Amino acid sequence: MVERSKEGESLRFEGIGKQFPGVRALSDISFAVQPGSVHALIGENGAGKSTLLKILGGAYTPSHGHLQMGERPLSFRSAADSIASGIAVIHQELHLVPEMTVAENLLLGHMPSRFGIVDKRAMANRARELLAGLAGEIAPETRLGSLSLGQRQLVEIAKAMSRNAHVIAFDEPTSSLSAREIDRLMTIIARLRDEGHIVLYVSHRMEEIFRICDAITVFKDGRHVRTFETVEGLTQDQLVTCMVGRDIEDIYNYRPRPICDEVLHVDGLLGPGLQLPVSFTLKGGEVLGFFGLVGAGRTELMRLLAGLAKRRAGEVRLEGRPLALNSPREAIDAGILLCPEDRKKEGIVPTASVAENINIAARHQHARLRCVLSNRWERENAVQRIRELNVKTPSPEQQILYLSGGNQQKAILGRWLSVPMKVLLLDEPTRGIDIGAKAEIYQIIHSLAADGIAVIVVSSDLMEVIGISDRILVMSEGALTGEVLHDEADESRLLNLALPRKRA
Amino acid sequence: MATQHTALNDTPRRQLNLRRFFNDWAMPLAALLIFLLSAVFIENFLSPLNMRGLGLAISTVGIAACTMLYCLASGHFDLSVGSVVACSGVVAAVVMRDTGSVPLGVAAALGLGLCVGLVNGIVIAKLRINALIATLATMQIVRGAGYIFSNGKAVGVMQPEFFYFGNGMLLGVPVPIVITVVCFVFFGWLLNYTTFGRNTMAIGGNQEAALLAGVQVDRTKIIIFTVHGLVAALAGVVLASRMTSGQPMIGQGFELTVISACVLGGVSLAGGVGMIRHVIAGVLILAIIENAMNLKNIDTFYQYVIRGTILLLAVIIDRLKQR
Repeated sequence: MVERSKEGESLRFEGIGKQFPGVRALSDISFAVQPGSVHALIGENGAGKSTLLKILGGAYTPSHGHLQMGERPLSFRSAADSIASGIAVIHQELHLVPEMTVAENLLLGHMPSRFGIVDKRAMANRARELLAGLAGEIAPETRLGSLSLGQRQLVEIAKAMSRNAHVIAFDEPTSSLSAREIDRLMTIIARLRDEGHIVLYVSHRMEEIFRICDAITVFKDGRHVRTFETVEGLTQDQLVTCMVGRDIEDIYNYRPRPICDEVLHVDGLLGPGLQLPVSFTLKGGEVLGFFGLVGAGRTELMRLLAGLAKRRAGEVRLEGRPLALNSPREAIDAGILLCPEDRKKEGIVPTASVAENINIAARHQHARLRCVLSNRWERENAVQRIRELNVKTPSPEQQILYLSGGNQQKAILGRWLSVPMKVLLLDEPTRGIDIGAKAEIYQIIHSLAADGIAVIVVSSDLMEVIGISDRILVMSEGALTGEVLHDEADESRLLNLALPRKRA
Repeated sequence: MATQHTALNDTPRRQLNLRRFFNDWAMPLAALLIFLLSAVFIENFLSPLNMRGLGLAISTVGIAACTMLYCLASGHFDLSVGSVVACSGVVAAVVMRDTGSVPLGVAAALGLGLCVGLVNGIVIAKLRINALIATLATMQIVRGAGYIFSNGKAVGVMQPEFFYFGNGMLLGVPVPIVITVVCFVFFGWLLNYTTFGRNTMAIGGNQEAALLAGVQVDRTKIIIFTVHGLVAALAGVVLASRMTSGQPMIGQGFELTVISACVLGGVSLAGGVGMIRHVIAGVLILAIIENAMNLKNIDTFYQYVIRGTILLLAVIIDRLKQR
């Protein structure tokens, strides 16, 4: 039997560590959260906040350490255990069923019923009670899908309250809310605090954190950096410095290169995911970094350039020639090549061999009548790229699915080295890749640039983007917010440009 | 340079080869085994008459399965194939009855298959309608069209030249078997040695990745379904020729037999995995078992149960292989 948490007890993280195959997501996290307070968790993307919340919610079990409520250690085998001990984690993607009514969502799993037949009236009454005080204007019979995102979030909070949750954790709750909905959420969070609940609050938005939070814990690279027990006297700059830290290891091997003429000219580009027109230029031999937080519109911009998404306005010129970019094929024929962010979903063909994955883009140029494959080219090209990029595979015929992430990425780079290249777009090229393969990929980027290729690197890793780029463009909320040259780039400057401004 | 060479050779190769060998050859070997067992234990199985019957039984399914392979490999399938077989036979018979011309009849039948395939392809690729629903609709439309063209009755064929497709002999081999073997060879080659074949596999393996790698996904899909319609009509012509008439009611459930044969042989329903030898193996296994059951006088009702069981086992094996 899991004991429920009681009011007045503090929640403590005791030496929590989480190891995934090949990655250490969290190590030795220890801090305490006091009842009747709102505690912010902040850090860069991938700093470990979400992993910690998943451990709190019972989705992951920690590899080391444990959670403690007051004097009692907690151990969860499932999400149900976490809920049963009075913890509610409200995720970015809400766990609600849009096709069902608000009342059904609130009482899912324990609907009032008689002989298995749901008692609709009792259910509506119970739902109304739960919503009162939070969102009295939402009728229990409304279909959830017809509510605004903010209202859905309130339903999720009401659901947490219905289970008498003592600890309530919010993961980026305001990322899709309007200013008014945010105000309302802040009021509710303040009330939860005053009632003696423990509130954990993950957000990138500094102004919200300063407005609502009593204490702040900063994470970096899966480690606990510092807990500020009070926000009084704290400044945004202090927090940012604390978030970025100072232990750069130089695997980037940056050296200034000669930069040639302008290759790519983007003028007033608008499309899905872009809020303001985007304009920039890129020169041959230049490595241009794109920094921003998740959802800043960088991936969407790359998809526009690669012909995967349709633009609404603007112009893209390659060596002075305007491009239509109606399909990836057109982009590839022009020499604009994209290594996508999600390697598994959009990069590799998992059922096919390494050789197939390398040859797929270029083979028609070497086939008779663009149709009948040249066996010799197929074999030689695959072997050449595998050697050139040091792809570790037992044979070119190995199914690519069985390669490590870094080697899959190198195979995709090999695919693009097989076709004439002018602009290479790399979206998060080193995500989920071990440090050795990362260094190799930086090497490849620099040698391509040295050959006069224009390279764009989208990255959420501050160190990386500063370490390899000649110039960095920062995006935030679907717009370009700044440009920083290699020599003047520092973490706090980029992060300040990347953090969302106050909403209009 | 030395280290780069070892990069190609430093992981266990044996294990990989065994797994690949199993995936590639398990079902062809099973087909061979079933053939040998039947030859040993069933009287008259190897008789020339029965072998000829078996070959003819394989032909219609075999022809249609060649291009069903492409539909499955691209991650789709086609339910309208049975209707196309029936309707194309009817169209051939009706056109020959009305014009007296065999080439016109055959051309009309093939043209019908091509059009149905083109419509399937456009609806699936361009309008992004699920293949199940799209081809379920064309299956009924084309079945209905067959009944309308024939007034619901079999249409006899008077031109003896037409019977060559179904009953003629070429170098001592029945023509349907020759056509089937040619299809196996041609579509096997097309899959492995052309950009079209490799692109088909890539689309089934990961459509998004194929698109990003420059594969013209929509165009390839339309070609796949169009060719499939054409080849189904060819199977329909052969069948009509064998029966000396166009029959609107034949081929009910034929689509399921064809898909069963492919999946039984090892073509993945999830797409991206499939070879012509899988198709040959699947078609052979189904035909041999049916032939053996007939020779053993097993009741038709039980035959359904046995065929269903075999298919279920095949898809369970397919599922287990994906783990």
